[in-house]
Amino acid sequence: MATVELTNIKKIYAGGVEAVRDVSLTVPNGSFTVLLGPSGCGKSTLLRMIAGLETITSGTCKIGERVVNEIEPADRDIAMVFQNYALYPHMSVYDNMAYGLRNRGMPKPEIDKRVREAAVLLAIEEYLTRKPRALSGGQRQRVAMGRAIVREPQVFLFDEPLSNLDAKLRVTMRLEIKRLHNRLNATSIFVTHDQVEAMTLADQVVVMNSGRIEQIGAPGEVYKHPASRFVASFIGSPAMNLMTGKIVEPGVVETPGGKLPFDAKRFSASGEVEVGIRPEDIHTASSGGTSFTPELVEELGATRLLHGNFGSTPIIVAIPASGTVHENKEMRLSIDAQAVQLFDKATGRSLAR
Amino acid sequence: MQKRAIFGGKSLPYLLLLPQLFVVAVFFYWPASQALWQSFLLQDAFGLNTSFVWFENYKELFEDTGYYRTMLTTAVFAIMVAGLSLSLALLLAVQADKSIKGASVYKTLLIWPYAVAPAVAGVLWIFMFQPSLGVVAQGIRAMGWNWNPLLNGNDALTLVVLASTWKQISYNFLFFLAGLQSIPRAVIEAAAIDGASPARRFWTIILPLLSPTIFFLVVVNIVYVFFDTFGIIDAMTQGGPSKATETLVYKVFFDGRLGGNLGSSAAQSVILMIMVVALTAVQFRFIERRVAY
Repeated sequence: MATVELTNIKKIYAGGVEAVRDVSLTVPNGSFTVLLGPSGCGKSTLLRMIAGLETITSGTCKIGERVVNEIEPADRDIAMVFQNYALYPHMSVYDNMAYGLRNRGMPKPEIDKRVREAAVLLAIEEYLTRKPRALSGGQRQRVAMGRAIVREPQVFLFDEPLSNLDAKLRVTMRLEIKRLHNRLNATSIFVTHDQVEAMTLADQVVVMNSGRIEQIGAPGEVYKHPASRFVASFIGSPAMNLMTGKIVEPGVVETPGGKLPFDAKRFSASGEVEVGIRPEDIHTASSGGTSFTPELVEELGATRLLHGNFGSTPIIVAIPASGTVHENKEMRLSIDAQAVQLFDKATGRSLAR
Repeated sequence: MQKRAIFGGKSLPYLLLLPQLFVVAVFFYWPASQALWQSFLLQDAFGLNTSFVWFENYKELFEDTGYYRTMLTTAVFAIMVAGLSLSLALLLAVQADKSIKGASVYKTLLIWPYAVAPAVAGVLWIFMFQPSLGVVAQGIRAMGWNWNPLLNGNDALTLVVLASTWKQISYNFLFFLAGLQSIPRAVIEAAAIDGASPARRFWTIILPLLSPTIFFLVVVNIVYVFFDTFGIIDAMTQGGPSKATETLVYKVFFDGRLGGNLGSSAAQSVILMIMVVALTAVQFRFIERRVAY
């Protein structure tokens, strides 16, 4: 197990495309760090650079005490789980897991012991003699993880390992990966574009956008205190409501939805700002508050999404699905002052002190 | 989902099949049956008298040591051409598969020889290697090697092997390249992370995954050597010197067309036909099973 330390990492492809621009990141020993971002944000490239599958244009990548920039993937003491599993189709499950150990000249009994242990851990003992094509997607995924586990590497790398599974299996495998990490406690770096995976698995979420890190933090932190407009809109479903606003007096911002209070201790703002409010932080009120007319109501079972406008800004409100709401009928809303986020209009960065 | 057309009666489907069946019958079954019939006949030298002799032509053939020599020549020829063209094509394909600059130009150029007709290829090579005029031959002779494919049987065989290999490499290359490109990159990367050196990756991952392609190409190459090299041999050596480059198919032509022994020639074609049928059967039987991983 080891700490992974990235310092000023850049990746510029031959065509001049900047995939990763100046990323610095520390993945503490034993942490489960998730690189989260939309496709093309450079998260996979970053992971592949840590794995050694892509060269690093500039900056240093340290695994443990060693700078690994020039070290072959095989010698970095890492294991990787690929999106499409990348199992060796002509080898049995057993051989798939043993391959990496054989390449390192490990004695046979030790290989056997490790493969069988991993197979028990992943509940794939009965498939050891099968070829990958005779396995289901979930089983293949387990074999891919088994192949990583037997190596007992310093760092586990996961490249969107769940995105090829169906929705139900994805939830189960997510839990298993979490359980496995709790048990092995190995440093893991996990790439995904799925915020639910990121929130549930990570103890450190790294939100990336167009080759840069937008925010590093615990899942709750990233959700509650987004460092930028991008993070605010990327994390949370439905996305955070964003609207323009103007600070009229300390602790009060005027928005299309009327004057809203905000936490003046947390934000230092003046003039024009961008105001963010999560749909679940808006509540129904019997009187006072802001006027709102839902144009469309979506029933989600436990919650109910109300779509409407503040002025000309589209707004989504998430409320518990109790009582009745009528479409096109005016209602009153109250907004939690603690939940109001303020962003710089030009840079999109949070205005939090 | 079924993609099957449903017909009301039987007459329309048969009618639709008719052109294809007609072509197959006229161009395949009729000549084949003629060969089979001819192989049971014996004609005098002037074609005036024909008698039915049952298996006499076959018997004569299998008692002729010359026929076995031709078989051996063909086998040696096939093994050398298939072996050389497959391994060279694989080497070229592996190089072309690496993402290098100008890869597409490289690939396109490699495919050209396939477009050259066998007879033209033969003429090209004989121009280069003709002992007194050939550019390459002069170079070889200048190095002190008495190169003479017109007199030396081994030199002649080497020459037709080289020409036939050269022509077949393009075809093999195309299939190998397609085969290599169908191997997922991630599998190779996984092997790299698993500590396999490039050489070990090639032997333990790439080659096994290419085995269906290799098996297919072996069969195709053998068929190529059996039949399609006729033009090359005819243009370069006419089977000589003293039958050193005479393959089975060339002997069919030589005995029947030049020797006028139609019965024996027909019997030889029938034997060739059986060999190819057997090869094809083997291919169909095994390509799905043993080789497919």
